[in-house]
Amino acid sequence: MAATGDAPATPIVELRSISKRFGDVLANDQVDLSLLAGEVHGVLGENGAGKTTLMRILYGLSIPDDGEICVDGQPVHIASPKDAINAGIGMVTQHFALVKTMTVTENIILGRTGGAILDLDRARDLVQESADRFGLHVDPDRLLADLSVGEQQRVEILKALYRECRVLILDEPTAVLTPQEIRALFSTLDRLRASGMAIVFISHKLPEVMELTDRVTVLRRGRVVHSVETEEVDAAGLASWMVGRPGEPPESKTHAKPGATVLEVSNLSALGRLELPAVSDVTFAVAAGEILGVAGVSGNGQTELAEVLSGMRKPTAGSIRAGGVEIAGEGPSRVVAAGVGRIPEDRHEALVGDMSVAYNLVLEHLEEVSRRGILDRSRIRESALALIDRFSIKAAPDDLIWTLSGGNIQKVLLARVLVREPQVLVVSQPTRGLDIGATRYVRSELLAMRTKGAAIVLISEDLDELLELSDRLIVFYEGRIAGRVDAAKADRDRLGSLMAGHTEVA
Amino acid sequence: MTRWRRRATTAGLILLGTFVITAPFIMLAGANPFAAYGEFLISPLTSRYSALEVLVSSIPLILTGVSVALAFRAGYWNIGAEGQLLMGAVAGAGIGMIAGDQSRFLVIPVVILAGAAAGALWALAPALLRVKLGVDEVVTTMLLNPVALLIVTALLNGPWKNPETGFPESERIAESAQFPILVPRSRLHLGFLIGLAIAGIVWFVLSRTVAGLRIRAIGTGPKAAQFAGINVGRTLLTVALTSGAIAGIAGASEVSGIQFRLTSGLSSGFGYTGIVVATLGVLAMPTVVLAALLLGDLNVGAGSAGRVLGVPSQLGDVIQATVLLVTVGVLAYRRYHVRTGAQEVSEVEAIEAVDTS
Repeated sequence: MAATGDAPATPIVELRSISKRFGDVLANDQVDLSLLAGEVHGVLGENGAGKTTLMRILYGLSIPDDGEICVDGQPVHIASPKDAINAGIGMVTQHFALVKTMTVTENIILGRTGGAILDLDRARDLVQESADRFGLHVDPDRLLADLSVGEQQRVEILKALYRECRVLILDEPTAVLTPQEIRALFSTLDRLRASGMAIVFISHKLPEVMELTDRVTVLRRGRVVHSVETEEVDAAGLASWMVGRPGEPPESKTHAKPGATVLEVSNLSALGRLELPAVSDVTFAVAAGEILGVAGVSGNGQTELAEVLSGMRKPTAGSIRAGGVEIAGEGPSRVVAAGVGRIPEDRHEALVGDMSVAYNLVLEHLEEVSRRGILDRSRIRESALALIDRFSIKAAPDDLIWTLSGGNIQKVLLARVLVREPQVLVVSQPTRGLDIGATRYVRSELLAMRTKGAAIVLISEDLDELLELSDRLIVFYEGRIAGRVDAAKADRDRLGSLMAGHTEVA
Repeated sequence: MTRWRRRATTAGLILLGTFVITAPFIMLAGANPFAAYGEFLISPLTSRYSALEVLVSSIPLILTGVSVALAFRAGYWNIGAEGQLLMGAVAGAGIGMIAGDQSRFLVIPVVILAGAAAGALWALAPALLRVKLGVDEVVTTMLLNPVALLIVTALLNGPWKNPETGFPESERIAESAQFPILVPRSRLHLGFLIGLAIAGIVWFVLSRTVAGLRIRAIGTGPKAAQFAGINVGRTLLTVALTSGAIAGIAGASEVSGIQFRLTSGLSSGFGYTGIVVATLGVLAMPTVVLAALLLGDLNVGAGSAGRVLGVPSQLGDVIQATVLLVTVGVLAYRRYHVRTGAQEVSEVEAIEAVDTS
């Protein structure tokens, strides 16, 4: 499918040795990336691997600490999106920058009116022409508010074309589309490629990357781990590159002594964003003293599974029994009352940023720290001090949550949940964005809960973490369990192949 | 406590900013800005009668300020205190006109409860629309304000038109429905104590009770509050109705304490000024009361400044509006300023949030 010519053409854009540091984290570490005319270049990596940072740098939203960007072989300084647009670089983010109350044409010329007189005709012509040439069908006079998500995305692409971009960055463009819209997008991208444009395609979805891209660059922990022609690799290989090889030997873990089954999930289904099926007919059980890891490339239903188990999303079918109590479809308070502790993937959705550490620690159990509806403030303070001490949280009881570091915020959340000694624990991405020390701490606390006899569901995109902590693994693919693996016998190639959608006959 | 020092600094900045912005206009009107501010703010406090008048004119502002601040704390943007106040006034006047020579101790509580019920009722539809259907309450609560005023006007030109004078005002309410005067030879009435009591109760509920903690949680982190098992819809509904009830009491209090009848000019925008009071008082009840007193002072001062300095008394409104704008500006600036420090640290997380969404 490579549409590049035979000669090794000068890349349109070349990123050389780009580095970017945020605090302690090296988001990009000497990253090289070249984009050729007439190619679709896949950029792959787990969350936090540095893809978005790299693209923000290319589009002028972030300034690199080191390295250079060359356009047509000449070094250029890109300090703002305006510079990027002038250099012929366009970007379509996941969150569209469109004005809902304006028409398609008005949105397209917005930001590039080039003088006092609006060139609406030229924009309308472009819309018409692009519809024929690239299959970007959208009515130029419709209001944005009336368009579907897929159509809005087309408007974003048209905007980039109107600005005469030669490089188009698409950040997870298929995440918000229906299967039909994805087909249409792919045919558009094929035609844009044929016209000589360089397209950066960021995605988690391996089959799409395999189908669409000419070359693919895999990032992991801020570094390029592989950059190859897509033909030279398969989906399972990509998956294993994304999750990497074991860095250090896993922490020694005692043997599982599973007790009685505490959490039983049967035939569970749920809808996700856009009301599309996200979890389909999933059945599993977790025993006391056992950690069940849920693996999968992100966007395959793990987020929705965690939300359903946490009482934040209603399932469409199936049952969830925690300690014998049916909690499917119940709200958070019932779920907590049934002995389920919950640590969601976005900690900011579980803690009130503008409220103190002490109050956040008791927010799920206000009845226990109050008498006749009046808060027992000294008791709240004392218990906060005790938890701050026990979980070594670097904060005072009265500090507001948003003033804390990510690691300490996660510790507050852990403290709130673990002090209840829940019989079931639903944990999502518990160490995402944490430094090494905090990561170790969180993992050891989870293992301690396992020793105490909790049944733990651990959802993570970090395969090392899953292998280190889990007793058993289930692999999610398109909302279904693609395979079940004993963690002790797990091998990465097999997991990679399951994550890429090769279902095993159980 | 640093929190109070911060608040004091904020208040100082607001007053300074307001002075700097309004001084040129005062000079245009031909007065010395310092003298004018002395007249606006200081002179009302120099005589016994005018000092008590300051308290009188702060009564509706305390009530609407508390009403609005409570709603805002829950993240419910009630812009409808004006309409809720008017409906409270209608109910209070209605009771007052039929009360006859019943006992005061019976009639006055009924007047207050009727005002509260009418205000809550007027707040009900926008609250339900918001909680059940997600309709933006800013628009619905605000649009009900002119409707309430039209109802008042319709009553006064129709069934409640004064039969003796033919003026569009209701008959005088019964003696038994009139609030007692707290200080002899003044207009300071029971409404002042009611206002302080309600401010005290709301302060206690917000800062010391489970219900208050829930209200604050849904106001600043609705998603996290829901995650923690708080029933966001029910809490919002309760707050919206309570806010309406307090504004309704403000209306009943103006009828029973000042006007003794329903008039269409009963409220000079007290509901809207309540938003200024709540914002100026940074949504905390003790400071809301102080803000109401300050604006009461300004109201009384604006009247006398007009007479003494020959400046238009509308300058009082100009200053009040400027105070609001400067307050909003200063608060936004201080919040932004404080937050930038933390944002540097969490930028990686912010990026990851973009990454996952």
